[in-house]
Parts: sequence; structure tokens; C-alpha cells
Amino acid sequence: MRKYALLILLLSSIPSISQNCDNTLFGTITDLYDGSFLAGATLIVTGSEQTVQTDLDGNFTISNLCNDTYSIQVSHLFCLTKGFTIKVSGNTNKNFKLEHHLEELKQVTVKGKTYSNKSKTILENTISKEELERFSSGTLGDALNSLSGVSSINTGNTVVKPLINGLHSSRVVIMNNGVRMEDQEWGAEHAPNIDINAVGHLTLIKGADALQFSGDAVGGIIVVEAAKVPVKDSLYGKTLFTAATNGRGSSMSSELTKSYQSGLYAAVQGTLKYFGDFEAQEYVLSNTGIFERNTSLQVGLNRFNYGIEAYYSLFKNEIGILRASHLGGAQDQIRAIESDRPLIINDFTYQINAPKQDVTHHLSRIKGFKRFDSFGKLSLQYDFQRNKRLEFDIRRGTDKDNASLDLKLDTHTLMLDLDSHLTDAISLKTGLMARYQNNFANPNTGVRRLIPDYDKYDLGIYAIVDYRLNHNLLVEAGGRFDYRYMDVFKFYRTSFWKSRNYEEVFPKIIVEELDNQILTNPQLNFYNASATLGATYDFGEGHKLFFNYSLASRAPNPSELFSEGLHHSASRIELGDLRFNSEIGHKISLTFQRENEKFSFSINPFINAISDFIVIEPTEIQQTVRGNFQVWEYRQTNAKLIGIDFDTSYAFAQNFRFNHQFSLVKGYDRSLDQPLISMPPANTKNEIVYQNLQFNNLRLALQSAYVFRQNEYPNNNFEVFIPETETMETVDLSTPPDAYHLLNFNSSIDFKVTKKSTLTLGLGITNVLNTSYRNYLNRLRYYADDLGRNFLLNLKFNY
Amino acid sequence: MKKVKFLATAILVTVLFVSCSSDDDTPEPVNEEEVITTLTLTLAPNGGGTSITLQTQDLDGDGPDAPIINVSGNLATGVTYNGTLVLLNETVNPPENITEEVEEEDLDHQFFYTLGGGLDVTTAYTNFDSEGNPLGTEFTLTAGEASSGTLTVTLRHEPTKPNTDLADAGGETDIEATFNVTVQ
Repeated sequence: MRKYALLILLLSSIPSISQNCDNTLFGTITDLYDGSFLAGATLIVTGSEQTVQTDLDGNFTISNLCNDTYSIQVSHLFCLTKGFTIKVSGNTNKNFKLEHHLEELKQVTVKGKTYSNKSKTILENTISKEELERFSSGTLGDALNSLSGVSSINTGNTVVKPLINGLHSSRVVIMNNGVRMEDQEWGAEHAPNIDINAVGHLTLIKGADALQFSGDAVGGIIVVEAAKVPVKDSLYGKTLFTAATNGRGSSMSSELTKSYQSGLYAAVQGTLKYFGDFEAQEYVLSNTGIFERNTSLQVGLNRFNYGIEAYYSLFKNEIGILRASHLGGAQDQIRAIESDRPLIINDFTYQINAPKQDVTHHLSRIKGFKRFDSFGKLSLQYDFQRNKRLEFDIRRGTDKDNASLDLKLDTHTLMLDLDSHLTDAISLKTGLMARYQNNFANPNTGVRRLIPDYDKYDLGIYAIVDYRLNHNLLVEAGGRFDYRYMDVFKFYRTSFWKSRNYEEVFPKIIVEELDNQILTNPQLNFYNASATLGATYDFGEGHKLFFNYSLASRAPNPSELFSEGLHHSASRIELGDLRFNSEIGHKISLTFQRENEKFSFSINPFINAISDFIVIEPTEIQQTVRGNFQVWEYRQTNAKLIGIDFDTSYAFAQNFRFNHQFSLVKGYDRSLDQPLISMPPANTKNEIVYQNLQFNNLRLALQSAYVFRQNEYPNNNFEVFIPETETMETVDLSTPPDAYHLLNFNSSIDFKVTKKSTLTLGLGITNVLNTSYRNYLNRLRYYADDLGRNFLLNLKFNY
Repeated sequence: MKKVKFLATAILVTVLFVSCSSDDDTPEPVNEEEVITTLTLTLAPNGGGTSITLQTQDLDGDGPDAPIINVSGNLATGVTYNGTLVLLNETVNPPENITEEVEEEDLDHQFFYTLGGGLDVTTAYTNFDSEGNPLGTEFTLTAGEASSGTLTVTLRHEPTKPNTDLADAGGETDIEATFNVTVQ
């Protein structure tokens, strides 16, 4: 900074050599990425050494120029200095764009500029790298859980699925480095296949606003990006190590990045995570270990007006599912629910046995962009994903080690996007998307396919315009259209086919009739429109108002369409419906935000009305030789979700900060006039943070998290006959667990090891009081308590 | 040059055809291997005579059809019956005998016979696992006074062994079938 000032001083002391010319060059300097005006940028006319600076609005004027060609050097504090050759003839207007990216290394202090905004009229919630590192041994869902309005639907503590304003699974789109995750995300027991340690930047959009990604995000969009690499000669890396007492395991993650001034770069990253059985307050949660291995590679060339990047990541995860959650029929369910301890508790082990999941996800992407002065930035991306999912059940005989679910999902996507600034005030994003997906269910499992074999074709087109009317007001409007074609081969049980009367509804799709099954070939078409309209008003001094309306259309997913049989991990029979059409959500959200170092807040009420909302709910009890099972059928209804998210942060004394969060969401089934199932209960988080930058960046944080009891829930209980006691007993699946309060502690301190390397030492305790609790949104809450106290030791080495 | 072009086209076409034709293949059906569709309990009177069978059959597994339950006759007071249990998977042809699998994994399985509704009979295990704990694919049933009620057969997978009855057996239920039985 001092050098910079000195340079200016020095340069301005040289008297400018004014020739007998009186032309003026004027214009603005903007940030290439987000179009914001750069104040205080310096322009030096080489030769004359005439120097000017841009004003607060990014404007500059250089006078006394001749009709000639000049070399102008433009520099800005956070940008790479760039030279331009300008032909001046008469008074000339020229706008410069600078690549505002050197600050990326300091992204904790300078937020929001390095990654372009995904949505301009919904407040985006982001999680900083520093915050993400605290969740290094956890999951992406755990990190997202720290944001207001986000909770998670869990299967145990390792399968953590984000829930945004009450919605999850297919209604939440996850973009991983520009690639839409296709990982059989439809099931609540399928967690996103993303290594939290590979995430450089995490953005959450609570709505379907970012139409460039998708039009079906009825719940919201999570955007995950790898850390950006600066354009300069550099080699840096990081190693993170976490050891935890609960689960008696550790995780280790390392990354190394090499970059060149020429724009070439390469980065490699890897994570290893190994945990044994986790523990509740009083007992071991048997078979809940996790073994995760991930790696990612990134190479590219990033130039000012063109670039190319290749990215590959591998995610491999083996997750044990609580042994006590695997049940036979309803009689077992009663025993499990009535017992306050899990029915199976074994000694601690690192071994992961059935029931378990084994997931492998390959993701590769190649992307190139070119900037054209005339019409903007054009990008082309191709990506390929292969998701292999194995689920192992408790089985008998020769099938013991055979997976009962074996799916391979391949997805190819081609995307063409154009990002252009029509005028200084209007920018336009347009694009095309084509996608092909194939699902293959391996028949060797010896279990009827849960998800049938299918080919799926998607085509999408979108346009989003934003118009900055003046300094205070920005309006945004967008539209998207998606077409989907599905070609499916599905075996129906003859008895189910007849009971649903599909014979008459779909007489033409039968391919072959077997002994007790019918092979059908449904071919489905979905036409989905989505749109968004919003505005942002800037009152100045950090006060902003966001308004957004979004229309999202989501085609039913394969499990909603084709489920037909016993779902072992849920111990219930699930039935889909081939006749479903797309669900359509209308969401209106309003956010008032104050951004200020000392006192900031945001308040965000919303309403989401969804027609043809697909819910699964119990309908009857079915007798089988295995016992009685509850039948859950998918059904379309009209739903309404209303809620509010509130965030505030107040620096009440030097180095002290108080953070508060409150989220509330209410969901109703309008057709049946009853509450929706699995709505997150109201919850609040309060945190006191002490941070001293002067004293080795010491940070101490104490957090209290209070989750209320969910008082609004549908009654899905049912009765079953117990032969031992000869009585009918109620299986209570509905009653939510009590409210609970958790106390968490987190601390960290930095040590300079050498000039370029820092060691951060952290100690954390979650559930400090070792509270025994159950979470309404944990699908295993019937069988066991949630996690007990956990001590975490973090070591981070930046080099 | 023409030849090369032709060859290239030919190869391309072949590749296309080969890759297309594989798409047209219909997937092969999966026949559930572990489904138990049929449980048959045969009670042979000790002194000879007509056996009584109790059967539950659910040919569509966990499909919507309910099991068909059939009891062939009534028990006679004071008679002891030798009971045998057979489990079949009739979704495959020929039907698979699952009893054998259960007997092979005898340590992981146990049948329970639960009486209800005042039925006056007693049961006793006659076959045991390799550690001497009850298995229950073979048993005896002794009919007492004239009465009627229910007999429930339960197969538990991975139960706690030894145990006193269903209540402390744990494990998970693989089969549960209730029969209405009369002693006269």
C-alpha cells in the first residue's frame, strides 16, 4: 500500500509533457466479473507518464491527447496490471475491464467479489473457506446446516441431506463446479457426493432464481466451487488434519496449487476420512462408521479473454447404517420404538457391515470460454458423471455379500452459455443445455429393481436479463424452458399392475408378460417452464431490499414414478405413480439486509405455493409372509410453505461479536388441510465469538443451538396386532421428539512457522453437555439417540 | 482415397448400429431369490392318521395381494403331533426350498410358536442348532382340552440365543404367520 502511494506521488511529481493536442479520452473501469465500477484504479499513459485515477464511480478522463495510438497501463489494488493499446481520434470513449482476482487469496477478508453472483435479486448466503474448514471432518450438509433457513434430513449422522426452507432431495439442485450433481439425489437416504474439503466457495440460493443452472429447484440451489487460482507465479498448499473422539477417527486433506503468470495452473487435492462407530450419550451406535476417499484434479489456462479448464473428481464413500434400524415388519417397528435404547448394541468397531452404502462418483468436466468485445463471454462446457451406488442389506444364504441395490447412473451434459453486457446498465445471460442420462440397474442383485433401467434426454434454454436502472435499483427477469423425454423399461408385478388398473390406462406400453411380472416400456414427456422476476433496491449505507418471485417446474423423479415394493431401509412398502405430472412452485421472497461491520442483519420472509406437490404418505397396512408393513404411496397435492429466516451479527465490544439466527417454516397440505411431514421445527442459534487479530488471530466461539419441538405434524400412526400379547398396538411414527439444546465450543489460534507458512491449531467440542437428544429430521430417530459429546482437534498447515 | 472414405463410413455405421442395437435389448427380469412366498406347517399325529397342514401363501411377495391362509382341519384332544416346517419361494420355477438355507444358518435363525386366544396346546422344539439352542423347523405339538385360538409362527433372523421367548429374542422378523386353530 505504501509502495503504491509512493509510486503515485513519484509519478505525479513528474510534470506531464503536454503536447499541442486537446483530445480527451474518457470512460469507466469495471470489474470483468461482476461489472462493478472500480474506484481508485490508476491509468498511466506510457511515454508521457501522464497519470489519472478513477473516481468513486469508476470514471476517468485523460485530457490533452493527440490523434495517435497510445499505450495505457491500467492498475488497481486488487487486480493484475494490464496494458491496452488505444487509438485516440478526437474525443474518445473507451471502457476498460479489469480482472479483479488477485484478492482471491484473501477471500476471507474481501468477500463476494471473486465469485460472480449467481442471483441478483435473492440474498445469497455464502460460507467462507475458513468456516468450511471447521467442518473438515464432517459433511457438506453439516456445513450448510450452519446457515439460517437450512436444516438437514439425516439418516444417522453421516448421511446428511440439505433441506432448504423445508424442501429437500430432488427439489434442491446442487451445482458442483458448474456440473449439476446427478447422484440419485431423489432418495432422502442419499447424501450429496461432494467432498467438503474440495469446496473453495459455497453459495446457497433459497429459491429457483438462478435459471442458468436449472428451472426445477423448487427448494433452492447450492453452488459449490473449487478455490480459484490466481494468475501469478505461485506455489501454495494446505494440509488439514482433524482427529475426533466420537467415532475415534480422523480425516486428512491436502491440496497443492501451482500457478503461473501466463495463466496456466494446476491443482491437486485429496481427502481421506476414516471413522468407526459413533456414540450417543450412553451407548455405541453400532455400524455407523464411515470410510471416505476423495481426490480432485484441476488444470487450466486462464487468460484475460480466453481460458480452458479440465476438472476431475472422484468421490468414494462407504457408510455404515445403524444396525438397529434394519427391521422386519411392523411388529419389529413397535419393539424398536418402544425401547429407549437401540435393540442392537455391539462393542465399538471400525468395521462397516451390512446394512451399508458404497458410493462411487466420478465427475469430469472440460470448459472453455472466450470473451468477444462485440457480444460478451461465450462458454462451452461438457461434463460426464458416473455414479455407482451399492446398497447392502442384511441377507441370507449365498446372497449375504451381494448388494441388494446396484445402480449405475451415467450423465453427459453439454452447455453453451453467453454472458453479455448489452449496455453498461443491461446485461444478458443466455444459454442452451443438452443432457443424456442412462440408468442401469444390475439384475444380479436378486432383488427386484428399485429404480428401473432408463434413458433420459433433457434440453433446456434460458435467458436472464438484469437492468441497473440507477445506482439504487436493479431489476432482473428471466425465463427458462426444459423438455424431458424418458424411455423406461420397467417390470411391474402383475398383481400391482392390475390393482392400479394400469391395464386400461396404459394398454400400449406392455412389452412382454412373464409369470408374475409384466415388462413395460413407458415413454414419458415433460415440458417445463420456469421464470423469475426480481428487484434489488440499495438504500445506501449498506441497506438493501431484495424482492424475488420465482416459478419452478420439476418433473417427477424416477422413484416418484416407479417405486413399487418394499424399501428395506425404511421398512415400508413404497408405491409411485406413473401418471404424475410436473410439480409447479411459486415462491415469493423478500429480504431486508443491513451490511455493516458493527451491526448487520438480514430478515427474509418467504412463501412458497406448490401445486401438484408430490408427497409420500401412509395409506394402509399390507400383510405379507414377512409380517405387516405400512404402505406409503406417493400422491400429488397442493402445498404451501411459509416461513422466515433471521440473521444478525453485532460487535458489542472490541474483539467480541454476537451472532444470532432464527428460522421458522410451516408447511401445509392444502388439499387435506393438514401439516406436511418432515418440516424442520423452529430453531435458533446464538453465538459469542472472541477474535483477536493481534494475538495470533485467536478465536474462541461458544454456540448455543436450540431446536424447538415440531408441534405441527400429520398423524401417520397405525395399529398392528401383536401375537405375544394378543393386543392391537399403535405404531407411533408421527410424534416428534422433544425440543433440545446443544452447546458447542470452537477455538483456533494461528502460528507463523516460516515467512510463508502458517499453522492453525484448533480445538472444538460439540455437544459440550453430552445431551441425549433425538432429531425430528433424522430418519433413524425411532431407533437411537443422536450423537453425544465430541472433542475435535484440528491442525491446519498453510504453505 | 474413395476406398478409405468408404471404409471409414462403413466402420462408423457398424459402430452406430452396434451401439444402437444394445440399447434395444430389453432388460432381463429379476426373480427375487430371498422371497418367502409359502410357509407350510405339517402336523403328523404321533399314532398315525391324517396329517393336518397349516399354510400361508403369498405368491406376489410384498405386492398388493394378501396371503392366502389355509388350515386343513382341527386338532384332536390329547394327541401329540410331530411338526415340520417348510418354507418355499414359489416365484421361481421350480420352487426353491428356503428351509434348507435356514437350517444351514441355524445359529442365525429361530422359529417361535406363540399361542393366543385360549388355545390349549403346548409346543416343544425337537431340533437344535450346532450350539444346542432351539432352531424349530421341527417340533412337537400336544393338543390339550377342547379349545380354539391362534397359533403364530415367527422366524427371527439373528436373534439373541439362548432366549426365553419372543419378547427377549431380539433380531428381526423374517416371517410371521397367524393361524386360527381349534382343538376338539
